[in-house]
Amino acid sequence: MSEQALSNQSGVSSKEEMENALGSHDVATDQFLTFIMANEEYGVDILSVQEIRGWEAATTIPNSPDFVKGVMNLRGTIVPIIDLRLRFGLEHVEYGPMTVVIVLKVNTPTGDKIIGIVVDAVSDVYSLTNEEMRLPPDMGDQVNTAFIKGLADVQGKMVILLNIDELLDLQEIPDAEVLRNIVRD
Amino acid sequence: MSIDLSQFHQVFFEESFEGLDSMEGGLLDLNPDDFDVETINTIFRAAHSIKGGAGTFGFQVVADFTHVVETLLDEIRAGSRALEAPHVDVLLRSVDCLRDIMQALQDGDEPDMSTADTLKAEFVAILSGASECTPESAVSPDSNLDESDGASDETPSGHWEIYFKPDADVLRTGNEPVRMFRELESLGRLTTEVVVCDVPAFSSLEPETCYFAWNLTLEGGSREEVDEVFEWVIDESELSIRWVHGGLTESAKNTTQSPPATTTDNNQQPVESGSTSVDDSAPTKEMLSEPEADLPEPEQELESKPVEAVVSSAASVAGDKKTESPKKPQKSSSPESTSIRVGIDKIDSLINMVGELVITQSMLGQLGSDFDMGKLVRLQEGLAQLEQNTRELQESVMRIRMLPISFTFSRFPRLVRDLSKAMDKKIDLVLLGENTELDKTVMEKIGDPMVHLIRNSLDHGIEKPADRLAAGKPETGTITLNAFHQGGNIVIQIIDDGKGLDRDRILMKAIENGLVSKDDNLTDEQIYELIFHAGFSTAETISDISGRGVGMDVVRRNIQELNGSVEVQSMPGEGSTFTIRLPLTLAILDGQLVRVGEEVFILPLVSIVESLQVDLGMINNVGGNNEVLRLRNEYVPIVKLHELLDVEPENYELEKGLLVVVEGDNSKVGLFVDDLLAQQQVVIKSLEQNYQKVDGISGATILGDGKVALIVDISGVLRIASKVKGKPVSADHQAA
Repeated sequence: MSEQALSNQSGVSSKEEMENALGSHDVATDQFLTFIMANEEYGVDILSVQEIRGWEAATTIPNSPDFVKGVMNLRGTIVPIIDLRLRFGLEHVEYGPMTVVIVLKVNTPTGDKIIGIVVDAVSDVYSLTNEEMRLPPDMGDQVNTAFIKGLADVQGKMVILLNIDELLDLQEIPDAEVLRNIVRD
Repeated sequence: MSIDLSQFHQVFFEESFEGLDSMEGGLLDLNPDDFDVETINTIFRAAHSIKGGAGTFGFQVVADFTHVVETLLDEIRAGSRALEAPHVDVLLRSVDCLRDIMQALQDGDEPDMSTADTLKAEFVAILSGASECTPESAVSPDSNLDESDGASDETPSGHWEIYFKPDADVLRTGNEPVRMFRELESLGRLTTEVVVCDVPAFSSLEPETCYFAWNLTLEGGSREEVDEVFEWVIDESELSIRWVHGGLTESAKNTTQSPPATTTDNNQQPVESGSTSVDDSAPTKEMLSEPEADLPEPEQELESKPVEAVVSSAASVAGDKKTESPKKPQKSSSPESTSIRVGIDKIDSLINMVGELVITQSMLGQLGSDFDMGKLVRLQEGLAQLEQNTRELQESVMRIRMLPISFTFSRFPRLVRDLSKAMDKKIDLVLLGENTELDKTVMEKIGDPMVHLIRNSLDHGIEKPADRLAAGKPETGTITLNAFHQGGNIVIQIIDDGKGLDRDRILMKAIENGLVSKDDNLTDEQIYELIFHAGFSTAETISDISGRGVGMDVVRRNIQELNGSVEVQSMPGEGSTFTIRLPLTLAILDGQLVRVGEEVFILPLVSIVESLQVDLGMINNVGGNNEVLRLRNEYVPIVKLHELLDVEPENYELEKGLLVVVEGDNSKVGLFVDDLLAQQQVVIKSLEQNYQKVDGISGATILGDGKVALIVDISGVLRIASKVKGKPVSADHQAA
């Protein structure tokens, strides 16, 4: 299984870059691993990323929401796998060789949890300062933007930075249309 | 002499706590009307060793307090005082008090002596209020000065005359004459006379050598008791003990002089007062009454003497006990002993290791079965070895975590005793299944909910003796604690034979509180269920035991936190039964792998009754679509696992699959599955750790091929099944 896991080398090198950056000019930067889903680029805090692995079939959990693909064995730990496309209400695509599972550590009220998210493909690692991040636009009361940490402009591309702690709360499903609107905005 | 005793403190505390436990246990067994002398002896021995240890390690407050306790016990033991119920009470409270004191000492705090002082006063009252006046009965705050005036006149018509010349090394071997004298003193009035003729010139004085001999006069005690005191030194000293008839009071008076000094220092006084005798009989008594106030006098006197240095150093061992006792414990606050408590983290990782090992073993097992080369035999040998190792490791690890539930149960006899006394009820506590093993973490958390439930049964359940007699029941109520394993669960029941839950009152109260409406048509079970709601109490008066309505909802919440459940059954006039069910959250389970479509599920082997292929003739349809299997004399409802767990099955027709009859919550159900696979031991892994609780699933495990398989929670399945079908699978249990 481990040979299937994609090595996260870009992350490692970027980490070094970040350390250099921190050392040279004292600007607080956060690093984000980005991934592609339905042609949009999303980012998660790289410190929460445990590993990236290729997709493999998970054991389904009975009576669970359809975005929960099931659980898999991560070296003896049972990890639930969540399809982020289904989570966001995007249309489901067949899993292919580029489909990856990003294993994340999320903070929940009941403690840290390890969760895998299925995304189309891993993209890049960016270092962003606080200034480069914009708050998500106010979408009105009905729209819950708690799961969006901010938006960032990287070389003309917009990256949606996700607040995974909020996003993966199983009780609170963000409205896909809302997200789409934000994405298109 | 300068051994740092504090290194042994931890051991002393542990032993003492054990001693206190055994005292408590013994006391609870004591029936004043008919008791076993051996029980008293056990209690006495425990108290005695605590006292001895406390004295040795300088916890004078403990030693002093225990001494009074011991005095009473000794009189009871010797038969000179009849055991009465109040004695047991005072003794029990002393055990509590001692426990508090020692806990404080262990933590390096200043013990709170107020309770101890109160209790001491009570002991003194008991001891002095006796008709038989044993010498000890003179122990009272002001008796120390009176005693030479013949306060205890009714002494036996004789006394022991003891000549004791310990070996010069006696102090080095740790035998402290002063302690022995104190021991003697507990047997009767003691007069000591020191022979100092062997004391060398000051320049050649060895501070650690004992140069003294003593002439002792003891009024009271038996030969065995006296011998016991000298037991440890008899081989290393000149000792003569003889019984002298009559003429005692006089000689005692003659030898007594000067106000008795208070500390152990005063065995050094002879140095100062030459060859005249000194009365060493009072210190213990005075210390008993005033443990803190002591010392000034001997020190003053010592100051003026040329041998001062010698005295103080020789006395330092003994003196330490008094002067430093308040400070010493702080030094001793050594890190808590790891001999009993085991770090849960370590154990958890160990269990994980065992889990891996089990997985590897089953992986290898699969490999081996497809392996048909020449090395097959050796491979299989290795596998057998691995399996054995795995099993051994597994067992030993499990043994660490699983403890018999008696650890929890053992605190209840005391609780029931105290509460029933406070409430004027007569209650027998029956403990069953004390050896049922329970996960340690579960055990630690189940104690408080159980205390709540037992208090509840005591307060609300069991009636007053008069009411019980009126209701035609025996005067003494019974509370039974029962523990057993059932279907991979641990079940703990708290059964009382009291008046049962008052259905109408509960309902009335619930309507009052707006929990239910008048028109709701509730079953008895549903009504009883209401007691678990927050703020619900039907007790007419709020007592400090229960009735505030904060109990039951907390109980339920605590138990649910352990993934368990609690339910109540009740029969008016016959009593109630609270049943706590706790899953084996952390364990290795014997599982039966079953296949439903593509998925593999694991059924706990313990809950499987039998598996069978269905003959359509055995199936009946009850009320439409509810299929029931006729199994010999029973009708067993059929639950299709694929419907319940939302899986695509291979077969929809009953006759093409298999039925696994499982038992849970006292009811049977036939689970329809596609196929039975292997049986194997599986490591239960938590689904909740990273996901959330799933109905009908108790956990997950990792199979030999690295895939995750889910473990079916039989009682959960029964619950879901009853909901899906809109009627209980088993009428009597599911509703609760």
